[in-house]
Amino acid sequence: MIRPEEIVCPTEAGLYCPPGGFHIDPLRPVPRALITHGHADHARPGHGAVLATRQTLDIMAIRYGEDFTSRRQIADGPLRIGDVTVSFHPAGHVLGSAQILIAPDNGPRVLISGDYCRTPNPTCLPWEPVACDIFITEATFGLPIFRHPDPLAETERLIASMAEFPDRPHLVGAYALGKAQRVIALARAAGHDAPIAIHGALKRLCDYHVEQGIDLGPLVPATDPEEARLILAPPSAFASPWVQRFRDPVLCYASGWMTVRARARQRGIELPLVISDHVDWPQLTATLQDLAPQEVWITHGTEDGLMRWCELQGLPARPLRLVGYEDEPE
Amino acid sequence: MKAFARLLERLAFTAGRNAKLTILSHYLEATPDPDRGWALAALTGTLDLRQVSPSLLRRLAGERVDERLFALSYDFVGDLAETIALIWPAVPAPGPEVSLSQAVGILRETGKLALPAAIAAMLDRLTPPERLAFLKLATGNLRVGVSARLARIALAQTGPRGVEEIEEIWHGLEPPYLPLFAWLSGGARPEPASAAPFRPVMLSTPVTPAELAPLNPADYLAEWKWDGIRVQAVAEGGLRRLYSRTGEEIGAAFPDIIEAMDFEGAVDGELLIRRGTEVAPFADLQRRLGRKTIGRVLLQSHPATLRLYDILTWEGADLRPLPLTERRARLEAARFPRERIDLSPILPFAAWEDITRLRAAPPAPVIEGVMLKRRDTPYIAGRPRGPWFKWKRDPMVIDAVLLYAQSGHGKRSGFYSDFTFGLWDGADLVPVGKAYFGFTDEELRELDRFVRKNTVQRFGPVRQVAPLLVVEVAFEGLNRSGRHRSGIAMRFPRISRIRWDKPAAEADHLETLKAML
Repeated sequence: MIRPEEIVCPTEAGLYCPPGGFHIDPLRPVPRALITHGHADHARPGHGAVLATRQTLDIMAIRYGEDFTSRRQIADGPLRIGDVTVSFHPAGHVLGSAQILIAPDNGPRVLISGDYCRTPNPTCLPWEPVACDIFITEATFGLPIFRHPDPLAETERLIASMAEFPDRPHLVGAYALGKAQRVIALARAAGHDAPIAIHGALKRLCDYHVEQGIDLGPLVPATDPEEARLILAPPSAFASPWVQRFRDPVLCYASGWMTVRARARQRGIELPLVISDHVDWPQLTATLQDLAPQEVWITHGTEDGLMRWCELQGLPARPLRLVGYEDEPE
Repeated sequence: MKAFARLLERLAFTAGRNAKLTILSHYLEATPDPDRGWALAALTGTLDLRQVSPSLLRRLAGERVDERLFALSYDFVGDLAETIALIWPAVPAPGPEVSLSQAVGILRETGKLALPAAIAAMLDRLTPPERLAFLKLATGNLRVGVSARLARIALAQTGPRGVEEIEEIWHGLEPPYLPLFAWLSGGARPEPASAAPFRPVMLSTPVTPAELAPLNPADYLAEWKWDGIRVQAVAEGGLRRLYSRTGEEIGAAFPDIIEAMDFEGAVDGELLIRRGTEVAPFADLQRRLGRKTIGRVLLQSHPATLRLYDILTWEGADLRPLPLTERRARLEAARFPRERIDLSPILPFAAWEDITRLRAAPPAPVIEGVMLKRRDTPYIAGRPRGPWFKWKRDPMVIDAVLLYAQSGHGKRSGFYSDFTFGLWDGADLVPVGKAYFGFTDEELRELDRFVRKNTVQRFGPVRQVAPLLVVEVAFEGLNRSGRHRSGIAMRFPRISRIRWDKPAAEADHLETLKAML
């Protein structure tokens, strides 16, 4: 029987599977890569071959161009790679996101969660529990202070602020892949039917979500600042002169980090919205209890908190301290 | 409690004054009695609650949460009340929403011994944002950037009454202010129950020589403008109260003045520190402001004095409807203990040129300009334009180098509009202050472009810029300060000119600023 470390091990390029000869979410170009989802710190261009869900491959092509890799393969059902079988399972994080299960013929099954979320999200398939022996998890929000509120209630705060300040455009900072479309879908669910203006950097990914059958309602470019009342932009746009076209805007930011006031204040945010596409502490700890793996490995995030929780539970855990994945990237 | 928690959160993150007023007045309109009255009390600092110590809160959290997880979380959040609000474990059935009145009731009425259990039980029933609001009440620090005056202005916006009318009766009222809200929605005016109430003050507007020119000098009285704080001293029916110009009671810090208020009436004047005949600079007065009690040493080293310029009531008569000249005569006829209370002298003048000369060469540094008051007007609450003018001395200026910039809020979103500037100290530039205004919109755009082009380093929202641009900074005065690296704090600094023409090496030195002290 082979040991878990022989199936997956941390390397400088990221997680590597020796019996399969591939990396998972590699941080630099490698010959063969399995990609969990399309966020820029997990999905990078320049690999020899990429295996991912159809949507993740599409998203990579949108972001990096069709030549982002020499060869690509759609993950569809269990696949034999080298001496292991791999399968992709929905992660509930963003459109196309997947957990990757690596099953050797004779040895522990390793589940790599990628980033995942268990709160219902209309823009992607829901997270699925996958039986495993070794669970490799993120710990972005690995402290008990992180309990994300109902995202619809957060969106209703946004809508209430728009009613309170009808003359001030509301500018929501949201990551271009996933968060932006989720905020739009939430605003629709909260009853905001009027056109929503989007920053140019969001256009192609919003279009792709619509092509994939996700209803985002009427979207317009944010070129006419007089017209738009609700505008979405990548958070980095707030620091650029692009913002200057809006008169007296209310700066909002949709992120799990908005739980902590100092984070919101540091960014000069007037309306922090706690909307996250990661598991919060209750979901994270519930997942470890639900899956009951023999061992937990933590890729990145605030792992000290989760390590302590595992210690209190008597669950063997170890941090991989992978460098290169961002907290919640922009 | 949910609405109150939302209110505090929005206020804490909203920088703009108007936006704050909107949020506050909407809250006061939409919230039923008595909750809104308790909220108003919390914001105006009139809520007398049992104070909970940080150590007690930590102990309570320690009973519910693993110590190591708490320590990691506190490290991450950086604020104790916020950490506890977030980390407090949810209970399965917290029950119906707690009202602000209930929460305030717990903090007002619970005995010391029962308090820890009562707080824990309350935290069990609240959501995280409500918990934070409750803990802020319990620790006595709301920190939402709202002054008592701003809260009263918001209150005035909810109804037909002006803020002066509200301030006139404010001091006789108690939380949760039911008669006040009833009056604002059309009920009877609550009679000021307390003796020695505050009367809303009459304020002046700035004036320029060009604006003075067409006016007749004979219509005006002139006085020095003193650099102290405006106060109203009221001694009526055996009660003595000293109010700031917004109606806050500050008597506790000035027992020497209170003791000297041996009269029956309400008078208006400047609070100053005076040693013998010499009036000390504002910085000396500042040492006595904002205190709840005052020590003997400070009382002796910083003796306070009142310099009066108006009289509002005297021995039962309301003198406010009288013209200024008659009020002045009544003031001069009144007798005060000379050691502590004197009158601001009337400056003789015939033409505006005389005023220009007086303003240019005041006899004491604590004089910050001249006041011009129309002889024939009654005492009018508020800031009517015309009867009272202030013509301040020219500000001090210094040429400083722009060092850091931070982006603004609201109308200035996306613009680098908050600037830190410094002066030369040998070969180094030492930060000496921050300025947020003084420039035009066009200049703001130019400054923003300069910052973006010359950024050398970023610290979160702050950019450090190459030390290339000289700005002329105007300010009203200087105080020594242990909190500033330079040892000096400026009063009302603003950017008066951008010196695109001046090389940074020719900016002023720290010694120059110190010499202005």
